Amino acid sequence: MELTTFWFAVIAFLWTGYFVLEGFDFGVGLLLPVLSRNEAERRQVLGTIGPVWDGNEVWLITAVGAMFAAFPAWYAGLLSEFYLPLVLVLVGLIVRGVGLEWRGKVHHASDRFWCDLGILVGSGLPAFLWGAVFADLLRGSATAALVGGVFSLSLCVLHGAVFLTLKTSGPVRARARRTAMAASAVALPVAVVALSNIPAAGEGGTDWAASPWLWACSLASMAALAAGTALTWRGRDGWAFTATASAVALGSAALFGALRPAPLPGLTVAEAASGPYTLGMLTWIGLIALPFVLGYQVWSYWVFRRRLTAEVS
Amino acid sequence: MDALDLARWQFGVTTVYHFLFVPLTIGLGVFVAGLQTAWHRTGKEHYLTLTKFFGKLFLINFAMGVVTGIVQEFQFGMNWSEYSIFVGDVFGAPLALEALLAFFLESTFLGLWIFGWDKLPKRVHLATIWAAVIGSNLSAYFILAANAWMKHPVGYEVVDGRARMTDLWAVLTNSTALAQVPHVVAAAFVVAGGFALAVCGYRILRERRNGPGRRSRVDVWRTPMRAALVMTAIAGAVVAGSGDMSAKLLYEQQPMKLAAAEGLRHDTAAAPFSPVPGVEIPMLLSFLSTGDPGAVVGGTEDLQARFTERFGPADYRPNLPVVFWSFRVMIVFGMTTVGLSVLGLWLTRRRRRNPGPPREIPAWFARACLLGLPLPTAAMTAGWLLSEIGRQPWTVQGELLTAASVSPGVGLGEVATSLAIFTALYGALALAEAVLLVRHVKAGPEPAPADPPRVPPSGWGADAGDGGETSPLLQPTLMY
Repeated sequence: MELTTFWFAVIAFLWTGYFVLEGFDFGVGLLLPVLSRNEAERRQVLGTIGPVWDGNEVWLITAVGAMFAAFPAWYAGLLSEFYLPLVLVLVGLIVRGVGLEWRGKVHHASDRFWCDLGILVGSGLPAFLWGAVFADLLRGSATAALVGGVFSLSLCVLHGAVFLTLKTSGPVRARARRTAMAASAVALPVAVVALSNIPAAGEGGTDWAASPWLWACSLASMAALAAGTALTWRGRDGWAFTATASAVALGSAALFGALRPAPLPGLTVAEAASGPYTLGMLTWIGLIALPFVLGYQVWSYWVFRRRLTAEVS
Repeated sequence: MDALDLARWQFGVTTVYHFLFVPLTIGLGVFVAGLQTAWHRTGKEHYLTLTKFFGKLFLINFAMGVVTGIVQEFQFGMNWSEYSIFVGDVFGAPLALEALLAFFLESTFLGLWIFGWDKLPKRVHLATIWAAVIGSNLSAYFILAANAWMKHPVGYEVVDGRARMTDLWAVLTNSTALAQVPHVVAAAFVVAGGFALAVCGYRILRERRNGPGRRSRVDVWRTPMRAALVMTAIAGAVVAGSGDMSAKLLYEQQPMKLAAAEGLRHDTAAAPFSPVPGVEIPMLLSFLSTGDPGAVVGGTEDLQARFTERFGPADYRPNLPVVFWSFRVMIVFGMTTVGLSVLGLWLTRRRRRNPGPPREIPAWFARACLLGLPLPTAAMTAGWLLSEIGRQPWTVQGELLTAASVSPGVGLGEVATSLAIFTALYGALALAEAVLLVRHVKAGPEPAPADPPRVPPSGWGADAGDGGETSPLLQPTLMY
């Protein structure tokens, strides 16, 4: 495989990891006011992502850093093209991050309210805008951006609700499960529209045979979403989370598949790429480092694997 | 004002702001890790209390460093797309490596540290803070290597109007980086040391006012104060030594910055050093920048003529007063803090002859530590202004002008909007952070529990099935 193709796949992988992991972080942030009725429950909800959200966000920083290194023209074109939406994404990530970190360090209910507001707004902005930005990039219309934004927002809510069902117990878990069912009522129909638009925007267009893999990913993503809903209904929390995570990953795979070979209008992957020396060096370092990174991240999820209860302290 | 000016203002505002928090993350992290190591080694309860107290201050600050750092990474592409396309092949690599090798380490292990107090064995938990601290320091190395390349590009060739990396090792061992990394990292330790000194100074002043038992409560703060004094003094020596290395590299690599920092207008043999206008120490500048007191040092006007000849007509002089004065602020403020730490080490020295209770820390010294709080941060900021405004009009010295680096498709309105949003948001957050820090320093450490709650290790290896095996919420001190 060519180095440029390989690095395009690496960047797709990093973005996919980001969408899967921050997807439930955003969902948890958005569901905070819906699922928790008191301070102990709010702590319970946020405690599920407390140890891991910062590490999840580094997937974005790595994805963007890798784009800068491997495809400078793609990085520069994408970020300057979507200037104002990205300003709002950054504002969201800022207020969410300080909200999450500062919440445990304030003692007044009014201060906690501001932190919770930051978490809510800061989860909602990027959850909507990432979908809008990539849909606009793919289809180039305001309608597509709106559909994409609603899709990613509803997907984050569903994914987050399923995650909370898996990671909590007691009344919060029951509410999370009901919310997941309600969220899927929105997410599923929007997914059919949004996901079928992804391969249609690719090279092969609406011709199924021309881009079979894109269509396969897109349809499998829809199926995984439906399965996630059914599994949540059946109370199979672990499998339900696997299904929604797969749905996000398959949708992201379809997205990056459709962005090849032209990730920006008028710019091909090959034109945007750095030289073979840089890509080669990064490949070696990445191949050596990535197993360790994945290893300790998985370990951190293992350490915090237990369900959280709402214990009044 | 055009989009270029505003983009420069935005970069200046967001970068200076980001670097108010980063030095504390770097230095205070090591400080906290050291305190926890002391607790681990000695088992003394007050080390645990101090670890949690400084750990909380560290975390309040850490959040700001993280969230403002994301803006930095996006900003190159958003406002400086031409720059990004030109340098990405070389400059992007250390940024990608920083994320992969440093940020994952820092964020994952810090999460484990914050929430792992009752989940991890004591020794493993101690290791997590050290892993996070290594991540922070490693990230400083990578970003400073990238920054050094802008001032002294190496290991590349220009092909089709884009820089292409030819030697990654040369980029990572750039002489400019090797001088800059110890300078900035050690300066970060001075900033953190100055911060810890101010906190200890405040606590000592406060405890002195309390009645009976005050001596023992004041003594609690002797240990962190001594530790901060040692850290600041050693780091100060490294800052001075590496600063001297940097000055010698400026002479070779960025003569215009050196001339601007000294206010030297014309090429001068045996150039004097003027600490303030009107005072001149003969031959010192030549000596400091080359080791030869008689050497010729370039002046701004003569360099301007030579640069015009070489690169074509343009103004190659940076903002001279800003560079001149930020150089002086950096040295005076930075050295004041280091001097304070040396003085403090002498005041708190051990009694040699007649063993008795340790020397009492004088109130005036505690007050001086508190008042000195802004000095190292001001010195750090001034250092960055000297370094980056002194690099102008280049983004990449000798290769790419700032004017040619800006995003062509981003309009004045967009940059103005984002500048206004970031400035307002950053201002509000700075206020909130200051209030939070002050509140926690005023409240003081929470008394350590008599019997630290620890989950027995039987939970290890248990399966997290769907069955509803639960874990109680963690200690509230460091979590939500």
